[in-house]
Amino acid sequence: MTQSLEILRETPSQTAGPYVHIGCIPRFAGLAGLYPEDLGHSPISEGVRGEIITISGSVYDGTGWAMRDAMLESWQADAAGTFPGSPGADPAVSGFCRFAADGESGEFTLRTVKPGSVAMRDGRRQAPHIALWIVARGINLGLATRVYFSDEDNRADPVLSRIEQRPRVETMIAQATGPAAYRFDIRLQGPGETVFLDI
Amino acid sequence: MDDPYDTAPLIPRDRTAHPVALDVDYKTSVTRSPSLPLLSLESTLTEESGPRFGHDLIGALDNNLILNWSQGAAPAIGERIRVHGRVLDEIGRPVPETLIEIWQANAGGRYRHVKDTYFAPLDPNFGGCGRTLTDAEGRYEFLTIRPGAYPWPNRGNDWRPMHIHFSVFGHAFGQRLITQMYFEGDPLIARCPIVTTIKEKSQIDRLVAPLDLAASKPLDYLAYKFDIVLRGRRQSYFENRPEGM
Ligand SMILES: [Fe+2]
Repeated sequence: MTQSLEILRETPSQTAGPYVHIGCIPRFAGLAGLYPEDLGHSPISEGVRGEIITISGSVYDGTGWAMRDAMLESWQADAAGTFPGSPGADPAVSGFCRFAADGESGEFTLRTVKPGSVAMRDGRRQAPHIALWIVARGINLGLATRVYFSDEDNRADPVLSRIEQRPRVETMIAQATGPAAYRFDIRLQGPGETVFLDI
Repeated sequence: MDDPYDTAPLIPRDRTAHPVALDVDYKTSVTRSPSLPLLSLESTLTEESGPRFGHDLIGALDNNLILNWSQGAAPAIGERIRVHGRVLDEIGRPVPETLIEIWQANAGGRYRHVKDTYFAPLDPNFGGCGRTLTDAEGRYEFLTIRPGAYPWPNRGNDWRPMHIHFSVFGHAFGQRLITQMYFEGDPLIARCPIVTTIKEKSQIDRLVAPLDLAASKPLDYLAYKFDIVLRGRRQSYFENRPEGM
């Protein structure tokens, strides 16, 4: 026998299920009247500093079907690379957004400010990115990935550098499709499977 | 970020504490589970920070699902219960001022959601969602009705045990957790293919809230206790030094 480690185990996850919308984005689900607005309906507000962009895409299952019921959350720094809550952060950036696949088309759109590069603890810099978390029926533990940008220099990014199979890096890079517009598709399984992070 | 603890690195996730991603008995998971390994990395500021929400967000009835849909006009139908507990992290620290959101079916097992076609009736006085912030010691409570079990399309005759969905933020985006609370004594728990995506029996038990008579109110409501543990952070004097020092 040894002394016991006073470490608790994390509570296990369970799927968010098909009705996650009524709990997390009730107005989107048609339940108006409970809350004045859905939590995280926008990550930015009036007067935000920087370039406003939109990122559109779909979440595809292993058969290539664009899921109609996925909910996503994003978390990011402001245009200067400072996270909300840190000294000097842009007060018009909450940094957090919730958005869902459209019930008809499966398309999602995130409208936000383009983040700046973020310093690491050791002084290296991460390329501009937005953290994503994806939940849905059939996903037993939320999936984490990141959105990087095709028009940024991503070569020295410490996370992307860790991807051994270089073609897979592309799965984490949003492609510019026009002025201030990007495409970011997420593939849960199979050909072109998105790199998901255990981080 | 007033607490320096809130900037420390996250303890890497112990994935054995969680469900498997692919379980053939939960059919939808078969096409929605990554087939390639996840990329395991040390947390960065991106995962160590996260959205924080203040008391100004929370309305007076937000944690009372018996009354919030009718805005106090008429109570929901069902067995009145209080659900309460604490949010801690892996090293046992309370997680104060963190947002908890819940959603659930009504007493008949029906959700107020366009995609729910079960023929149990909607309760005109029950919405089915609520939210609250934990206090300085990580405590929270909700007043609600006990949700009904409901059938769902999976194998020929699968029923969800009575459950409440929980969403918890913690203080870091890497702590984000969605889970479900079950009720002590429900015979459907062990038969549910969503529950059994968790392969360690002792971890399933973590989701089963015991009846807590001491926290109930005579002639009013029963209580169930549901504590939640989020990922913790690594704390060491050696933490902020370059490697090898
Ligand atoms: Fe449910």
